[in-house]
Amino acid sequence: MTKRGFDKYEERYAERTGVMRSSAMRDLMSLTARPEVISLAGGLPATDSFPQDLFDRINAEISKEKRALSLQYGPTEGFDFLKEDIAEVMAAEGTEIDPAHVLVTTGGQQAIDLVTKTFVNPGDVVLAEGPSYAGALTTFSTYQTEVIHLPVDEHGLLLDEMDVILDRLEAEGRWPKFIYVVPNFSNPGGMTLPLDRRERLVETARERDLLIVEDNPYGLLRFEEKPLPTMYSLDTEENVVYLGSFSKIISPGIRSGWLVAPPPIYQKVVFGKQATDLCSSSYNQLFVHGFISSGEWREYVDRLRDIYRSRRDAMLEVLEQEFPAGSTWTKPVGGFFVWATLPGGLDTGDLLVKAVEENVAFVRGDAFYADGQGTSSMRLSFSAVPEEKIQEGIRRLGRVAQDQLDLYRAMGL
Amino acid sequence: MDGAGEGRIVGRKHVCVLYGGRSLERDVSINTGTRVARALEARGHQVSPVDVDESLVRRLVDLNPDVGFIAMHGKGGEDGTVQELLEILGIPYAGAGVSASIRAMDKVLTKHTLLRRGLPTPRFHAFSDAAFRELGAKDALDIIADQLGLPLVVKPAAQGSALGISVVGEARDLPRAMVSALSFDRKVMLEEFISGRELAVSIVGTQDPRVLPIVEAVPKSGHDFYDFESRYTPGETEFNVPASLESAVAEEVERISLETYRALGCSGFGRVDIILDAADRPWILELNTIPGLTETSLMPAAAEAAGLSFEDLVETVVATAFEPKAE
Repeated sequence: MTKRGFDKYEERYAERTGVMRSSAMRDLMSLTARPEVISLAGGLPATDSFPQDLFDRINAEISKEKRALSLQYGPTEGFDFLKEDIAEVMAAEGTEIDPAHVLVTTGGQQAIDLVTKTFVNPGDVVLAEGPSYAGALTTFSTYQTEVIHLPVDEHGLLLDEMDVILDRLEAEGRWPKFIYVVPNFSNPGGMTLPLDRRERLVETARERDLLIVEDNPYGLLRFEEKPLPTMYSLDTEENVVYLGSFSKIISPGIRSGWLVAPPPIYQKVVFGKQATDLCSSSYNQLFVHGFISSGEWREYVDRLRDIYRSRRDAMLEVLEQEFPAGSTWTKPVGGFFVWATLPGGLDTGDLLVKAVEENVAFVRGDAFYADGQGTSSMRLSFSAVPEEKIQEGIRRLGRVAQDQLDLYRAMGL
Repeated sequence: MDGAGEGRIVGRKHVCVLYGGRSLERDVSINTGTRVARALEARGHQVSPVDVDESLVRRLVDLNPDVGFIAMHGKGGEDGTVQELLEILGIPYAGAGVSASIRAMDKVLTKHTLLRRGLPTPRFHAFSDAAFRELGAKDALDIIADQLGLPLVVKPAAQGSALGISVVGEARDLPRAMVSALSFDRKVMLEEFISGRELAVSIVGTQDPRVLPIVEAVPKSGHDFYDFESRYTPGETEFNVPASLESAVAEEVERISLETYRALGCSGFGRVDIILDAADRPWILELNTIPGLTETSLMPAAAEAAGLSFEDLVETVVATAFEPKAE
């Protein structure tokens, strides 16, 4: 008899790979990617709206004037001219920074990875909103972090509840390495943290010596009212690391993001990036620079806002009409996502199976928790689907959800 | 292949490998289909892989293959639907025919067939969702829990890869498990839970089918049973090939597997899933007419233990397409 697994390297893998599992059932990816499926699942930006002539001009200029530079290694920190551009982009949200504190990263995801790598040992505690960005949770679990979720309401973090958790952790002698927050139109929640809560969070960080990791990839995609100050701008004690991204305002394919960190942290993170990839793509940095320095980015972001606002309106309108009584959902003032919760403890994992049969997809809520919560919720993305398809998709979902609720009732649930 | 009764494929053939489709096991099917296509190419056959969608019939007519290999799992592919189309188009295909596919896909039909033949299968009751919606079947759940005992296995009648299956320890958790199973199929089954060793018996051939070495799957801790993750995540399960069994037990397992295969009218290949209880009594759970052929699947492991390479296995199965179906 031979005893065998199907992977001869099994005994050699690092412990951290134990958390990397097949998620085939979780997202039904290849099934939801079929053309007949209306996918409200993926948080994809509308890259098809990027102007072709601008794309051509940027590329032509790189080719003509910066060819050698674009093909060469660059500084680990990123090109200085791009760091200046980033300061300009952040100023548009009212945040003034010193470009010397900017590290250009390969997408916002790398910024999350670098910060986690810099701070977390296996078993350390990290705090995150519940629900929180699934990509960050994956990074945290890869570094064998214990994620403790903080409760939220429709406006985001609940600070009183956070205090209770912090007190409890303190009593247990545990100290969270940082708190990860997406304050603007969060993924997946679509919630926006009000100014008073931002101020209090920054204050709490000062009092409790807590590090805030503020992730703001959507901030510029605000559909109404003026931007709220970032926590980075409210902080005076170097308690905030800020993460930004060009994925939502240019393209995720360009893999360009950044972080802004106080000097001592900055040095550590730069070392971490050196070990990861030496530097981010020079070509991509030049593309981003071409786009920002052209000045046309402001107009482009305005256009994106119009596109996404109209799609959000379409989704909210039809949710009101089609979702079962007792359902709740967030009403985002920007970004890509609505977070909906169904009544009666209805399981959205089961619902997804039925929804896919009706050719509509979403992401089930428990994908956004490290601890199995969120089973009655779902993330609905309006960013990549035209209005009429959004409405058809929500209509089908509403029907399937109602049918499932009827079955729950028949089961006495 | 002594006793198999099949020859190798004569000459170079044009094989259409049908994979993908719309079932929940689409990813598994893509994996199986890709490996089957590669194996046939390695043996010099002309292979046309087809991701199955609404253009299937048109494409099959255009391609006009010598033979079809249905590498699809679950509804649409394993339930007789694609088989029927291939019959209509007159394209020979490997594996079970239409009626065997229908019988095997529906676990309830399978179990009724087994019971009629006196073959051992755990006791069960089956319901459609209409029974709950219209006839108040929920009030029968407690009675069933009393009759069959707890824990109970709740499973969709027609779904592969253990999707939608739960093991329920308390009667009050039954309704939720039923709803979950009903998401995968309109018909669900409550089955007596038999704790024991999980055995897979792979069979190749049509007229004179041959049993390959028995594989025992041992899921690692943290899994109630051989679930979806254990099946498709390398390292989540260990396999003993051949399973370490007393020879009389092994013979009995092989005998009832072969009888199951024949009773359902299978052709080409199939895999019987069995639980061996603490008293070494085997209980038949189901038969898969298109067993998974991924890197982590049981049938290729069984073939390897029998000295058949993956290419040998695939070619042997394809060769059976040119024989009459058993049913």
